[in-house]
Amino acid sequence: MKTLYWEEEIETLPRVGLESIQLIRLKNLVARVYRTVAPYRRKMEAAGVRPEDIQTLADLRKLPFTVKDDLRDNYPFGLFTVPMEEIVRVHASSGTTGKSTVVGYTQKDIETWANVMARALTCAGAHKGDIVHNAYGYGLFTGGLGAHYGVERLGATVIPVSGGNTKRQITIMKDFGSTVLLSTPSYALNLADAMDAVGVDPHSLSLRVGIFGAEPWSENMREEVERKLNLKAVDIYGLSEVMGPGVAMECLAADRGMHIFEDHFLPEVIDPDTGEVLPPGEKGELVFTTLTKEAFPIIRYRTKDISRLIYGQCSCGRTLVRMEKVTGRTDDMLIIRGVNVFPSQVEHVLMGVEGVEPHYQILVEREGNLDTMTIQVEVSETLFSDEIRVLENLSRKIQVEIKDLLGVTCKVKLVEPKTIQRSEGKAQRVIDKRKI
Amino acid sequence: MRVEQIAVFLENKSGRLAEITSILAQNDINIRALSVADTADFGILRLIVDKVEKAKAALKQNGFTVGKTTVIAVEVPDRTGGLAGVLKVVEGAGLNVEYMYAFVNKTGEDAVLIFRFDEIDRAIEVLQGSGFTILTGEQICAL
Repeated sequence: MKTLYWEEEIETLPRVGLESIQLIRLKNLVARVYRTVAPYRRKMEAAGVRPEDIQTLADLRKLPFTVKDDLRDNYPFGLFTVPMEEIVRVHASSGTTGKSTVVGYTQKDIETWANVMARALTCAGAHKGDIVHNAYGYGLFTGGLGAHYGVERLGATVIPVSGGNTKRQITIMKDFGSTVLLSTPSYALNLADAMDAVGVDPHSLSLRVGIFGAEPWSENMREEVERKLNLKAVDIYGLSEVMGPGVAMECLAADRGMHIFEDHFLPEVIDPDTGEVLPPGEKGELVFTTLTKEAFPIIRYRTKDISRLIYGQCSCGRTLVRMEKVTGRTDDMLIIRGVNVFPSQVEHVLMGVEGVEPHYQILVEREGNLDTMTIQVEVSETLFSDEIRVLENLSRKIQVEIKDLLGVTCKVKLVEPKTIQRSEGKAQRVIDKRKI
Repeated sequence: MRVEQIAVFLENKSGRLAEITSILAQNDINIRALSVADTADFGILRLIVDKVEKAKAALKQNGFTVGKTTVIAVEVPDRTGGLAGVLKVVEGAGLNVEYMYAFVNKTGEDAVLIFRFDEIDRAIEVLQGSGFTILTGEQICAL
């Protein structure tokens, strides 16, 4: 198999060259952020660190971390380094207390993003001439548009089909001859089942490769998607706080892990409890610093994703460090059908419903290929009615509010008091029965 | 003229009804009438008992969610058209029935209809005005 690179020089650069680029960019970034963003300056001053203290890449650890709350505290545009007239696009993700986190991009950021996304697509073997079926959601979510611009940059044809309307997606795949599929892995399996139901044989389609991300998935799931859709499945990583899709990408060699485009995104792995940087190869929380972003650079952002970094050249020839498939989270975030859900968001909705007691539990299961979320709520005396209608309206009200705030459909199950197990100390709010 | 009814929230799982009846039996509480309304996920048990407060306390103590509501009990002769006669009056007055259930008393001569209305006072007025007998809680327990 012939390996193609999008930017061969940088993707195969020896580490020493890569690190010198990283250092120059890091110094510039820290100086710029210190000068232009008051919240960053305040945090650096509190930590007693000045831009000139950054002389080596190892000095990165002197800088304070950035966490999701920093984004919320500066909602919506407080961490932008450029005036609003320089911002050409914003994206946002749902927030835990109704406040979302907002990210912005300059024209150059959009170009950088398209470029790393084109690298990612090339990494997966996509090229000019491919028909790319982009089933990531378009909108405030970075998935759809982020991937879209990468495909255009690559010079391939993008079908901006977005999520949903599965039957139509299958018709489009068939009629347009889609060769590359971009979606969440669970939606890919859903597509496979829908094809089976309408009698479309995946072997009759032109799909060659699937680029799947935005939710955790296992090797078993990879095997299942590959078998059911008759394509090669590869993993993509990204998060809106850092850029969006295209932060890291698995190559077709799929040895182990995803290549991080580290000339733009500088990774570290830390001990989530102590914040100490861990030696190469050890498992911990991934932390990213953006080296080239203009509008919304981020320094030492704690992703809460658990992974490890694998140094050393890959058989594909890339020298870029690889990150292992994300194996978990340091917090309680759930990903339901590609949507990030925090138990605290569910709690926020429940507490807003009169009479609901703080005893609830979230049950996550996978039915077929789709994640389902059931919220069990204990029926207190204030909530209870002798009329069925009243209780059913209550369930419906919770469902509607969860859908409104989180964008995810759930079931509500009313249960008897004390049936939800009381734990000592921290309540077990989530039972995740999915086998990922 | 009003009858106190207790209602208990039930998850749809086996043995719950048996548990409730044995708690009531242990506390020497006599069930005069009952009905179960259920959906796919849960049920509501409605009971008319001789010792309302005692029953409520006993069930609560055993971890059940218990509510108390007011219903009215209408006595009609146990013969064809008995219920229809009452419902005709109810409909004519534009009264809204939230739910109802019925039982036949020991002598077998009369049936007792338990109604939950949202406008309970007007319902009593209308039914009494049409000549129906409305029973009190004590009367039901004495049947």
